[in-house]
Amino acid sequence: MDFRDTPEEAAFRAEVRAWLEANGQKRTRPDEVFGEGLDDAAKLAAAKAWQAKKAAAGYAAITWPKAAGGRGGTAMQQVIYQQEEAAYLVPGMIFEVSIGMGLPTVMTWAAPELKARFLRPGLAGEEIWCQLFSEPGAGSDTGGVRTRAVRDGDDWIINGQKVWTSGAHFCDYGILLTRSDWDKPKQEGLTMFIVDMKAPGVEVRPIHQMSGDAEFNEVFFTDVRIPDSYRLGPECGGWKVMLSTLMQERLSVGGNLPTDLHAHLVALAQQCAWDERPAIEDDRVRARIADAYLQQKGVELVIARGLTAISKGKAPGPEMAITKLIAAKAMQDIAAFAIELAGPEGLLGFEALGGDWRYMQRLWLGAPGARIAGGTDEILKNVIAERVLGLPGEIRSDRKVPFRDLESA
Amino acid sequence: MNFDFSDDQRLLQDAVRTMLAETSTSQAVREVLEGRASHAEAVWHNLIEMGAAATAIPEQYGGAGLGYLALCLVAEEAGRHLAAVPLASSFYLAAEAIQRAGSEAQKQHWLPKIASGEVVATAALGSRERYRPAAPLAFDGQTLTGTSPALVDGGIAGLAVLRIGDDLVLVELSGTGVSRNPLPSLDPTRPLAELRFDRTPAERLAGANGAAVASRVLDGAAVLLAFEQVGGATCILEATRDYSLERKAFGRQIGSFQAMKHKMAEIYTAIELARVHAYYGAWALSSDAPELPRAAAAARVAATRAYTVAAEEGIELHGGIGFTWEMDCHLHYRRARHLGQIIGSEHAWRARLADELIKEAA
Repeated sequence: MDFRDTPEEAAFRAEVRAWLEANGQKRTRPDEVFGEGLDDAAKLAAAKAWQAKKAAAGYAAITWPKAAGGRGGTAMQQVIYQQEEAAYLVPGMIFEVSIGMGLPTVMTWAAPELKARFLRPGLAGEEIWCQLFSEPGAGSDTGGVRTRAVRDGDDWIINGQKVWTSGAHFCDYGILLTRSDWDKPKQEGLTMFIVDMKAPGVEVRPIHQMSGDAEFNEVFFTDVRIPDSYRLGPECGGWKVMLSTLMQERLSVGGNLPTDLHAHLVALAQQCAWDERPAIEDDRVRARIADAYLQQKGVELVIARGLTAISKGKAPGPEMAITKLIAAKAMQDIAAFAIELAGPEGLLGFEALGGDWRYMQRLWLGAPGARIAGGTDEILKNVIAERVLGLPGEIRSDRKVPFRDLESA
Repeated sequence: MNFDFSDDQRLLQDAVRTMLAETSTSQAVREVLEGRASHAEAVWHNLIEMGAAATAIPEQYGGAGLGYLALCLVAEEAGRHLAAVPLASSFYLAAEAIQRAGSEAQKQHWLPKIASGEVVATAALGSRERYRPAAPLAFDGQTLTGTSPALVDGGIAGLAVLRIGDDLVLVELSGTGVSRNPLPSLDPTRPLAELRFDRTPAERLAGANGAAVASRVLDGAAVLLAFEQVGGATCILEATRDYSLERKAFGRQIGSFQAMKHKMAEIYTAIELARVHAYYGAWALSSDAPELPRAAAAARVAATRAYTVAAEEGIELHGGIGFTWEMDCHLHYRRARHLGQIIGSEHAWRARLADELIKEAA
């Protein structure tokens, strides 16, 4: 048992660290984010410049084969890069879907000339990709998509609506899951395409989130034409293509929690008063801090087990699903308790109460989303019960019925 | 990054598991439960013979010298199989106290006897909680007079380490001036007894360092017991899962109902959280890291929580059959309570964890 890097891992880490020091900008506050103070256009331009630099240095797609523009490195090297990059101000989410979902799907399923066309500009950040699976009627139950694809000569004509599309407002291309056959059962009538997000008939509307942010969008398709050559995988093979996209996440190690969370809680409990004494002196407060640590450190340690598997060249098991389950709820509980410490004054926004409260208030407002995104708590419990404990799947009535008939039901 | 045990350590674990599956049967545990045996003798004999119990005792004192990581995995299996043996009292507590605070002569004399199973040892190192008035127990530097607290395996122990104020006192129990008073226990598979001394010869183990040594030994025991708790919790969860696949109601396997599935997923999550904290504690214990007090307290709280919830909900998910004497559910319910309190309660250790965290933040 040893938390240290192997000599090879240490050498790679040193190399990454040196490159980041020479090229990146370190975070100065724990909640500082990339591009603060820049407008959207300037932020996007800065993000693209960073991605180009990263790709040129061979860090954009560490695990990809060299032939596809990657580094041909190991999953552990990917993890080491991410660990080191975490201390820097980098555009986190902007390229996540491109590199993690869009481009790998193109790499697996597209014709060679399309790979040549899309992979390099995607890696370099010149083009950004989004993922268009979820719909208003197909959230956890992704097989229920209704966006219609109808063949017309060498083209397909797309009509329908997608939702929760991260970054659609600045993306250039997307991978789009559609229904091309309504007479087949749910998951068998789906077809996947590459869609040009700037094509006529594509309309992107931001979703105003409860946190006040707008990271996601609704995307409407009205008679959008897609050439058949942009189809990914066979007609009606879309479910399998989608699973291959989601499999890309298999080597990621699940939900994370900021490792300084309980330290923030301690700091706030020292500043708040309870009966004119520091709240930190109250045993009930101390017990809650201990529980916060158990969750936060626990997530870190479960991830360490996943990294151990990766370091040995194995894939982490499905039990990694517990990290997101624990992390998202813990984030909510810890942030809510921190806010509670200030009593009635805790209701003041951080602008009035002080910058120390910004972090916990942002977490509190973001936590409900974190509990849903990437699988709700309830779906994750099903995953654990079925894939880890071997309990029976849910009884379903939609397996063998033509989708058309489900629709009318 | 290697946050896992080695292949050699896993081999030892497998061997212990195989042995315990054969010997630490429900029937063997029930011999102790129902008062026909003081402990599971065959299980104890085998753990000693395999060198599994004495893994953390150095070879020069008759142990296997394999270190604490190996002992952690032995503990996990002991917990999983509800082993009704004086493993914790002899090896996690008494032997550790002697190793950490004994003189060379004390170590030479006692550790080989414990390692070989010739002597069962027990210890009372103090806890913050108390209900009964403290029994007066006086040590005059040479003899001990008074009554001990309730000691696990006090009925069969030949040696005890007792904390008296800031002293740790070593007392041989086979001589004159010792009487034993067996006490009823909520988990009769781990019997309790108090000892009465009347000018019984005894010797000091450590001088002014007694409290610090006791605290260090309890941290180590917290980690080892956390492995027993994780093992026990895993066992009752698996038994519950298996039963839920067998039992049918409303025309379905009861394990197909989401209310059952989600509860089992929650228990699994609690166990995995406890497991990683136990692993972290194992790392801190085996490397004598400064993080040990924090890691041990975290392991103890998480593992106590996990075993408690797995045992409580294990009965609930079984339904009526789980409430019968014949089913093993109550063995876990009792053992979870025993392991969760024998070195201080979840509440006490949560307080200790908070103290450590706040100390570190300062």
